[in-house]
Amino acid sequence: MSTSPIVPSLDADQDNGKAVTEFYDARAGGGDNAMRRYVKDNRLWLGTLMFLVALITVFAFMAPSVFLGTRIYYSVATTLPIAMVLAVPAVFVVTAGEIDLSFPSVMGLSGLFFASAVHAGVDPFVSFLIALSGGVLVGLCVGALVVYGKLSSLVATLGVNFMLRGLMFVLTDGNSIAVLELRESPFRQIFLGDIFGIPGHLVWATVFVIGCWAIYKHHRFGIHVHHIGDNPESARAMGINVDWTRCLLFAFMGLGAALAGVISIQINYTWWPTSGDAMLLIVLAAIFVGGTPTWGGIGTIVGAVLGAIIVTLMDVGVIAAGLSGFYTQFISGIIIILALLGHRLQSARVR
Amino acid sequence: MEKIIQLKNITMMFGRVKALENVNLHVNENEVLGLLGDNGAGKSTLIKVLAGLHTPTSGEIIVRGKPVANWNTQRSRDSRIETVFQDRALTVQQSIMANIFMGRELSNLLGFVDLRKQRREAQRLMDEIGFTSKIIGPDSVVGHLSGGERQGVAIARAIYNDAELVVLDEPTTALSLTETNKVFSFVNRLKASGKSVIFIGHNIQHVYDIADRFVVMDRGTNVLNITKDKVSSALALTRYMGDLAHGARPEIGDML
Repeated sequence: MSTSPIVPSLDADQDNGKAVTEFYDARAGGGDNAMRRYVKDNRLWLGTLMFLVALITVFAFMAPSVFLGTRIYYSVATTLPIAMVLAVPAVFVVTAGEIDLSFPSVMGLSGLFFASAVHAGVDPFVSFLIALSGGVLVGLCVGALVVYGKLSSLVATLGVNFMLRGLMFVLTDGNSIAVLELRESPFRQIFLGDIFGIPGHLVWATVFVIGCWAIYKHHRFGIHVHHIGDNPESARAMGINVDWTRCLLFAFMGLGAALAGVISIQINYTWWPTSGDAMLLIVLAAIFVGGTPTWGGIGTIVGAVLGAIIVTLMDVGVIAAGLSGFYTQFISGIIIILALLGHRLQSARVR
Repeated sequence: MEKIIQLKNITMMFGRVKALENVNLHVNENEVLGLLGDNGAGKSTLIKVLAGLHTPTSGEIIVRGKPVANWNTQRSRDSRIETVFQDRALTVQQSIMANIFMGRELSNLLGFVDLRKQRREAQRLMDEIGFTSKIIGPDSVVGHLSGGERQGVAIARAIYNDAELVVLDEPTTALSLTETNKVFSFVNRLKASGKSVIFIGHNIQHVYDIADRFVVMDRGTNVLNITKDKVSSALALTRYMGDLAHGARPEIGDML
């Protein structure tokens, strides 16, 4: 066999104007500087990390008594897990080039399953399984609707979100459900009790995130999700089951929503008919502030977690910094826009 | 000579439009088949049927004498048919390695992928194909490569797994002269190592030079199947194609 190259060497076409003027040599792979390569491969979330550090620094200057103590971080740690278990599956969905706006309702509905079951005397562990299966099943139905109904996921999931929320109001007459049975239950001890001073649900959510990260980066499913979001036609041509993978994505989102629903009930001992609604914008902001672009094909799990921290910290931060409550939304908006601009400056879309 | 694959009486309807009508095509062991035809003749549709992307409305697909039911992309690849599509079917934001192993990642029973092995194998393939540049590695993003390099990635993917039949759908379109020559030398190497190739092209001279046998398609059917020794020159083939384009169905003997 001759060894004549089929593909020209790079040197031959260096003047073709395609030299991508990126901060780091994007064509690397052979670059001998391991550090530089690590930065290049992880630039999506490293940017977010820098942004988070900068944000905390600014807050610490404005309100040192608050931000140099630990209480505010403990308070963030209490609500953060809900955003984490929602944002991470959502990164999969966005990477696949889809969006799911139905998760707030699915979170509420799974919570309703859990609260009703516990309230009816079912063991919390069994109720938990019921809530998870419910979330996955609803997610699978949403996925089937989008994929086999050939609907835009943006519009279809928006419709589902309204429909399910309405259904919950109808089913409960708009009443909340108190589940004081959970107090002192072994279930809550395991899932929310402090573990070495850290809120239990933060530990469990972190375990969940690490598992998701492994699937995203190293599992066939995660890799197929990348290909599908990048170019579904190419993925299909190479034998990837695009439709089924898309369905599974929405089921996965349903799983995350169910986890979030159960966590939120355990914090408040109450299920509210509006449970989950507040998470919609928080989670979307966390994903995109985290560094996952909107166009699909790439994304970052670590970034989404950092994004969730930024978004959670932002609200308390503005207040703690001594600004009036009226400023929170305004400042939060500016922080989000700055983060997005930062991401766009450091990496352009590859075509 | 054994037929490694046979498409029998393939008809393909898109709604009420007949894209293919009773098309027959076979590929012998170790031959280069040139597939010719004007735009819209049905070449790409036929290739997509062969690759399992389109399910034909009727007809049979026979692999080494055995009819295969429920033909799809996975079955096509399992039959060691690899297609380099006209648009190359790459995902440009992913790495070269991810593209080479797209749809058949080297994974364990739980589905986790052995990235190290993939990286090693990808590097081996890239060396074989002739990626000489040191700054392009298995982890380089496809979107940063030139057209010829992208074609190289698509070809590397096709030769992994030791394909028996490599289908090249207009592989030289938009390539420079040197890149085109490299594709030709690749086809010759495949032939020398006992593989078969279907080569689709618009440039009749290109196809004439490289193929052992020609199949010409016109408006959804195959109108000519002829070995190279029966064709006097590329010019004769060009004249034949020209007449087809003007609506005639010329007699083979007259032209070639």
